[in-house]
Amino acid sequence: MEMLMDSSQAEHSFLSSVTASERTLNPYVTGTSVVAIKYKDGILMAADMGGSYGYTLRYKSVERLKPVGKHSLLGASGEISDFQEILRYLDELILYDNMWDDGNSLGPKEVHSYLTRVMYNRRNKFNPLWNSLILGGVKNGQKYLGMVSMIGVNFEDNHVATGFGNHLARPILRDEWHDNLSFEDGVKLLEKCMRVLLYRDTTAVNKLQIAKITEEGVTISQPYSLKTFWGYSAFQNPTVHAEGSWLDMVTGWAVTTME
Amino acid sequence: MFRNQYDTDVTTWSPTGRLFQVEYSMEAVKQGSAAIGLRSKTHVVLACVNKANSELSSHQKKIFKVDDHIGVAIAGLTADGRVLSRYMRSEAINHSFTYESPLPVGRLVVQLADKAQVCTQRSWKRPYGVGLLAFAIGSRSQAAKTYLERRFENFTNSSREDLIKDALIATRETLQGEKLKSSICTVSVVGVGEPFHILDQETVQQLIDTFELVTEEEPPAPEPASEPAAADQGGAEQGAGAEQGAAPDEGVAPMDI
Repeated sequence: MEMLMDSSQAEHSFLSSVTASERTLNPYVTGTSVVAIKYKDGILMAADMGGSYGYTLRYKSVERLKPVGKHSLLGASGEISDFQEILRYLDELILYDNMWDDGNSLGPKEVHSYLTRVMYNRRNKFNPLWNSLILGGVKNGQKYLGMVSMIGVNFEDNHVATGFGNHLARPILRDEWHDNLSFEDGVKLLEKCMRVLLYRDTTAVNKLQIAKITEEGVTISQPYSLKTFWGYSAFQNPTVHAEGSWLDMVTGWAVTTME
Repeated sequence: MFRNQYDTDVTTWSPTGRLFQVEYSMEAVKQGSAAIGLRSKTHVVLACVNKANSELSSHQKKIFKVDDHIGVAIAGLTADGRVLSRYMRSEAINHSFTYESPLPVGRLVVQLADKAQVCTQRSWKRPYGVGLLAFAIGSRSQAAKTYLERRFENFTNSSREDLIKDALIATRETLQGEKLKSSICTVSVVGVGEPFHILDQETVQQLIDTFELVTEEEPPAPEPASEPAAADQGGAEQGAGAEQGAAPDEGVAPMDI
């Protein structure tokens, strides 16, 4: 397990020349929103494949949706390396679960609970896993969809999202989600949310995956892109009013105040 | 049982390949007063004989609730039984807390069995001298076993009431003529939608009164499928919650002396 050393201890050592920090203080490579809904046969979850390095869209093929055991699907936003660590924890958990070889298996509720405990305990040690996790799954006909934040806040709902998704996608879902959505309608709804996120979240990339989990198992789609429309008149000739305005110094297109 | 030069500690094999300390620990179970369990598709009943040493003293507790869906009845060294019950409760609650769902009984049993096995392979330990209930263990449990053997195939579809009745009749068999009263036995039930709980003395007495007047029917079930004593080195099964699907364990033959 992680040592409880914090930077102040290292500072006191006169022999060390470097102040060691062994706690996560900021995230570096991050994933943006994940959105998920319950539908007729199970859960649908969507996330783009971007791994941002601050403002730079550094990695564009990061898989942020992963199956867990037989019954669950995990989507993560936040620090990618912490997500990979979590996948290792879950790998071990599922391995031990399988080793019992007794017909019992961990369902989505159990995995969600386990993750909550991990996240909360790390938060208590001031060394969080910098992720927001969405855990969805189906077991014995029961659909389950929950979220855990980096400080261990957890809850269940019919539709969940992380990060920007909470602000942009959930209002759409609150209006348009209903029980027993068909697969097609569910995908359409998720794509609507992802499109809004693509337009408005600067850390989003236009390459996404949608995953579904049902009693039968997990399917994660191949990466694809959403159609977008940028032909709004406000975006035409962006520099036409630039000269003489206070935007003179700004390069690249910028929002003009006159239209 | 006879004393011999190979029974001093648990890590000594006899020349015939027996571990006498382990077998002696099973004897402790057999000397304890009877505990029985039966299950149907929806319920499990544990019942045991609770005789106090004197009229004035209280009865030794033999049935323990481990979790809402698990209970155990013990026979043998009650001190060992309490230690194991505490362990089981701890495991069950830790699982509940971490996974927010009940610990599957089969897993608890395996954990317990592995724990008990350790004591048979360390020279500074001794086996647990207690059996945790599978179906009938303890002294004069053979009579109960015989009664149950003839009927157990029919228990699957029994109603809750019939199951309790059968448990009480089986308990009565172990008393060998002594009158069955609620003061000397304990009955507990767990079932689908019904958390594990011990029935209070009044209820038990009412149930006893209900069937004591009726003579025992004996529809002979042709195959007494041999269900050997499930008490092995202190770690057998316990009365399972209805969700558990495991069948009663088959005991290891040499242990049944």
